[in-house]
Amino acid sequence: MSSSSAFNDEKGGSSSVGEPEYGHDPASGGIFSSDYKRHDDLKEMLDSNKDSLKLEAMKRIVAMIARGKNASDLFPAVVKNVACKNIEVSPPRPSRYRDISQTDPNQLIRASALRVLSSIRVTIIVPIMMLAIKEAASDMSPYVRKTAAHAIPKLYSLDPDQKDQLIEVIEKLLADKTTLVAGSVVMAFEEVCPERIDLIHKNYRKLCNLLIDVEEWGQVVIINMLTRYARTQFLNPNANESLLEEGGEKTFYGSDEEEGKEDKVEAAALVVKRKPYVMDPDHRLLLRNTKPLLQSRNAAVVMAVAQLYFHLAPKAEVGVIAKALVRLMRSHSEVQYVVLQNVATMTIKRRGMFEPYLKSFYIRSTDPTQIKVLKLEVLTNLANETNISTILREFQTYIKSMDKDFVAATIQAIGRCATNIGEVRDTCLNGLVQLLSNRDELVVAESVVVIKKLLQMQPEKHSDIIKHMAKLTDNIQVPMARASILWLIGEYCEHVPKIAPDVLRKMAKSFTNEEDIVKLQILNLAAKLYLTNSKQTKLLTQYVLNLAKYDQNYDIRDRARFIRQLIVPTDKSGALSKYAKKLFLALKPAPVLESPFKDRDHFQLGSLSHLLNAKAGGYQELPDWPESAPDPSVRNVEVPEWTKCSSREKRKEKKVEKPFYSDSEGESGPTESADSGNQSGCVCLSQPVNSSPDSDTGSGSGSGSDSGSEDSGSESGSEESEGESDSEKDEKDKRKSGKKKAKKTAPESEERIYVSFCVALLLKCSFPSPQAASPTCGPLKTYELLHRITGEGLAVTYCFSRRPFTGDPHMVSVQIQFTNNTEVEARSLRVLEPKLQSGMRIAEFPEIDVLPPGEISTVVMGIDFCDSTQAANFQLCTHTKKFFVTIQPPVGELMMPIFMTENEFKKEQGQLMGMNEITEKLTLGEGCRGDHVIIQRVISTANLSRVPCGSAMECRFAGKTVTSGSLVLVTVVTKEERAAQVTVNCEKMLIGTMLVKDILQALSQ
Amino acid sequence: MIHSLFLVSTAGHIFLEKHWKSVISRSVCDYLFEAQGKASAPENVPPVIATPHHYLISVYRDRIFFVAVIQTEVPPLFVIEFLHRVAETFQDYFGECSEASIKDNVVIVYELLEEMLDNGFPLATEANILKEMIKPPTILRSVVNTITGGSSNVGGTLPTGQLSNIPWRRTGVKYTNNEAYFDVVEEIDAILDKSGTVVFAEIQGVIDACVKLSGMPDLTLSFVNPRLLDDVSFHPCVRFKRWEAERVLSFIPPDGNFRLMSYHVNAQNLVAIPVYVKQNVSFFETGSSGRLDITVGPKQTMGKTIEDVVITVHMPKVVLNANLTTNQGTSTYDPVTKVLVWDIGKLNQQKVPNLKGSLSLQSGAPRPDENPTLNIDLRIQQLAISGLKVNRLNMFGEKYKPFKGVKYVTKAGKFQVRT
Repeated sequence: MSSSSAFNDEKGGSSSVGEPEYGHDPASGGIFSSDYKRHDDLKEMLDSNKDSLKLEAMKRIVAMIARGKNASDLFPAVVKNVACKNIEVSPPRPSRYRDISQTDPNQLIRASALRVLSSIRVTIIVPIMMLAIKEAASDMSPYVRKTAAHAIPKLYSLDPDQKDQLIEVIEKLLADKTTLVAGSVVMAFEEVCPERIDLIHKNYRKLCNLLIDVEEWGQVVIINMLTRYARTQFLNPNANESLLEEGGEKTFYGSDEEEGKEDKVEAAALVVKRKPYVMDPDHRLLLRNTKPLLQSRNAAVVMAVAQLYFHLAPKAEVGVIAKALVRLMRSHSEVQYVVLQNVATMTIKRRGMFEPYLKSFYIRSTDPTQIKVLKLEVLTNLANETNISTILREFQTYIKSMDKDFVAATIQAIGRCATNIGEVRDTCLNGLVQLLSNRDELVVAESVVVIKKLLQMQPEKHSDIIKHMAKLTDNIQVPMARASILWLIGEYCEHVPKIAPDVLRKMAKSFTNEEDIVKLQILNLAAKLYLTNSKQTKLLTQYVLNLAKYDQNYDIRDRARFIRQLIVPTDKSGALSKYAKKLFLALKPAPVLESPFKDRDHFQLGSLSHLLNAKAGGYQELPDWPESAPDPSVRNVEVPEWTKCSSREKRKEKKVEKPFYSDSEGESGPTESADSGNQSGCVCLSQPVNSSPDSDTGSGSGSGSDSGSEDSGSESGSEESEGESDSEKDEKDKRKSGKKKAKKTAPESEERIYVSFCVALLLKCSFPSPQAASPTCGPLKTYELLHRITGEGLAVTYCFSRRPFTGDPHMVSVQIQFTNNTEVEARSLRVLEPKLQSGMRIAEFPEIDVLPPGEISTVVMGIDFCDSTQAANFQLCTHTKKFFVTIQPPVGELMMPIFMTENEFKKEQGQLMGMNEITEKLTLGEGCRGDHVIIQRVISTANLSRVPCGSAMECRFAGKTVTSGSLVLVTVVTKEERAAQVTVNCEKMLIGTMLVKDILQALSQ
Repeated sequence: MIHSLFLVSTAGHIFLEKHWKSVISRSVCDYLFEAQGKASAPENVPPVIATPHHYLISVYRDRIFFVAVIQTEVPPLFVIEFLHRVAETFQDYFGECSEASIKDNVVIVYELLEEMLDNGFPLATEANILKEMIKPPTILRSVVNTITGGSSNVGGTLPTGQLSNIPWRRTGVKYTNNEAYFDVVEEIDAILDKSGTVVFAEIQGVIDACVKLSGMPDLTLSFVNPRLLDDVSFHPCVRFKRWEAERVLSFIPPDGNFRLMSYHVNAQNLVAIPVYVKQNVSFFETGSSGRLDITVGPKQTMGKTIEDVVITVHMPKVVLNANLTTNQGTSTYDPVTKVLVWDIGKLNQQKVPNLKGSLSLQSGAPRPDENPTLNIDLRIQQLAISGLKVNRLNMFGEKYKPFKGVKYVTKAGKFQVRT
């Protein structure tokens, strides 16, 4: 549009960047030429009443910012608009944001408010921000807490004086148990107080266990931090190399299967006189939990794990990372570049690791030069006696490449292979000599430089090569190459006594036209010849020295003066001249051709500093391993306050038993995972139901209103207790609202693994017909529905099959068995006129058409008992008779098992105290000795699943009621003699009371 | 972490900048331009450049440099991976990631960047979450917006996905046609030497999915021969434990298009190279000319036709022009970039495509030492060259019956023939 052209020109003629066309809007005409004025009109537009004008103004501001123009003076006007539209704001804004961040019922709005507040970079609001962050850190919503963690570095950069207070917040957030928060808080930790490694101790195991479910960016940060942590806390697993080679490390921790396997050789430890190396179980935990992340799609995560293994794993285990790193080579070229840099460093120390993947580093003509050079570096590092011939053949193709920089790098690589591997030195040298006749000068020059280095190793054998090179001085113009040749001739002038003086003669002729570096070498050559063959070269040397005396470059003048004093005997010359020959023709050590990546591994791999080979700002040094391991018990986690009442004595015992590895929190990984395998059978019964969409009904009240009410509740509590219990409360809250939402969001991914187990089980057991599958545990109790006498020959029994009722997860499935004891067939067996308590529902079984005499038939029906033991009454009909029957469920059948870890169990138990907890003491029955009997009895009484538990004296079970999904938690604690105690925690007190009675009865029999 | 982002076109024009912390002058990009000046091609610009006060980490994609400015230590891959994620998001939103499309959607781009990074730390990078918050532009919406002067693209709903533990899937998905498509795409990476023997060959594959299913489906994908897969990497949705134990992919899929897994086929299985190439490229010392003769034919194709065969040759600088004839397809030589492209199309068993003719060299220049390599592109439909086969796809958690489909394609990856 014509009128906007002036506007565009004013902005430097840049093509219109998605700029809205302003048409004949008076504000955008060319009349306003100064910046000040233009902003003025934008302000006017923003202040106007028309929404369309405002919108256009906004768009223009965005376009301005996109070009890097300063629009800060428009800030107030913009903010005013934002505020007016969306939330009724009364100034002052920041505190208003704080209010929102604290009180809004919707967690997303609370979070956004905090985000906005923390992004305002004005020092004056620091106290307000601090308050808001503190509040948000104990918010019930993990998302808000995550936002709080994000806000910490912002506040820190605004006002570093707040560090101490912020560390307190970080400490609190580090204790958070949700995956959402973990990544962000560790990031804040790294920015604010990376030196406070002591804050990590208590959270170490938790972080290791959560790691796999943290979002990918958080994983990178956590892994990098844990690498540093591990370096300060554990012993070097490779300190006793010899021991390791014998086969493995011994660990204290033997109960776990995986550990057991690694736990091979004690004998080896005895052979070695040094103290045997014992890997800390926590060290092992870290290695084990990070390994699956090598399969991540995110290259940064893979690299982070790779560096962790490189820095922390025993030598024998580092190999696993090679495959993953080689995979990254398929990725974008930038990723390749970084990965290759790291691989290059790794190959120097651990060559064997990448040897099988040699061919993956072969170079393609389409690779960018920098990638080619790095691959070459890796290939060179990987070269050894066995593969050198393959590698050299490969190098030969590279030399023909069109990319000359790459060819030069290849020649250097050949040189390095030749120095490292003695067998091929002659072959390489011959190859390089052939290159001397190459048409490309760069190639020749590079070859000369490399040959010079090689010759230095064994000059006497190769005087013919030196002669050949001497001839090249006529043709080669590259200064470095000329200098190299001159140096060679000078150094080995005794091997070529005839040629050397002639070369000097030629050089003297062209001296003035040479480059500085060449001139210096000419002086050098002259001096050496003067010392060895002064008869022939005395005059030439004098001539060269005279030329150098008047050179423009002071280095050359100085050198000339120095050499003259040294070698030409005069009256004034000091004692030094006697030693001139020794000075110039001392035996020089052959150069070692080293990889530029040598010793780079003192930087943490994968870091920016490593890549640049220079310390970047904010880089945290990777500490050396400690001489002796610091106290590992610092990582033991205290059992939180709320579980103490139920099992205080137990814990004391536990601590005595396992001082190294208190897993009272159930965070030990090994036990947990081992157990979860066993328990998963029960999970399958509950989880799929969870995730099914049927339960969606009546989910209208979303989490918003729900959490709102909880919110106000929690705030009314006293400050301190709130802080402590908030995270748990929130867990519960989440769980609850999750259930109410009826899992619109599907199984939570904390439970992902468990769900996958249950899906696995589903696959196995849900496809064959339900009748065919075996019951969950032991023989099922059968109850009589209709005696064969009352039923006139028709006997009916039922039992609770403990399978989820297909079709409705809220129903208990009842398996009914009909036996026809009469002489005639019974027809159309069906349910009629159920008389139910309010709320109860029945899913009738399909009608049985014919039951021949003597036959047995089994059907399944579903009954929703509404979590009560009220009987379901209905009529059972045949084609001739009706019978009134009643099914009364034992309380134990009203629930279904769920799987939880010990940790979760304790957490949940802590929330079901007081009225919801029923405890009874009892004396165990005669036959009731040993864990497995107790477990069997409890499970046959109630449909619960066992919760893994560290103590032998305690058995725990968990389930939830079928209809409402209230948790049912059972703890059986055995004591001396046969005394025992049963505790049931359940929201539904009635169910709890009845269940305690039933269990008591079962156990005291 | 990430301080600022600049988008720079190949021509050196900074067309977008975004700062998450304080503003950094765009003059830092001068260091990039300097590096670009030294490099022969944009691909050769080093991804990490250290400047006195900042570090520039850049990726080059779709003719745009994405330059992140950072000030302190941060894993470079972290930044690189994120920048690629940004580019992919743009691609996803605008259909292409180009200077023009970014300029056209500058407002959305800003909204996206604001959500993807908070104070320099990645916040929401999952396409599903972003789309819940910021609606992708559609023609209809832009028309409506222009007419009504209507609101922005920021969605009215709050991104509940951010709260869930499966952040990759948005909630409340509904489709009338429920469908799930899986493309098994395999690429052959190979280097053949002059005589046609295999120097190096491997198969890399990916499974790309397009899943449009309502609700919260839980899918299980199993293979007939999972043992073929040597090294795998997964989308975060895949349950790794299950894969380790049973070799099946069990996952709750994101909504829409995503890459389910990528894999590498066990190296012990010899790779079937589907084509053979006979070539002879030579330059003569006298008369400044050369000769070129290339023949391509099908080999081990397992009964499928090879399509879209294209051979690209980067000629030495001294080759001025090519005078070539072919019996199939077309050949073009670009004397500026020195690239010869021979587009063959389908390969027939009966007629073997051949390209021959003479090359004219710059007179006076010495005969080039080097020989150009041939890069080969091809495609075979309905075939996964490794033999990998999907066994079945099961769905749990939802009632409806989805429409399922699996497609196999084999392509040439980095397939080179040295001469």
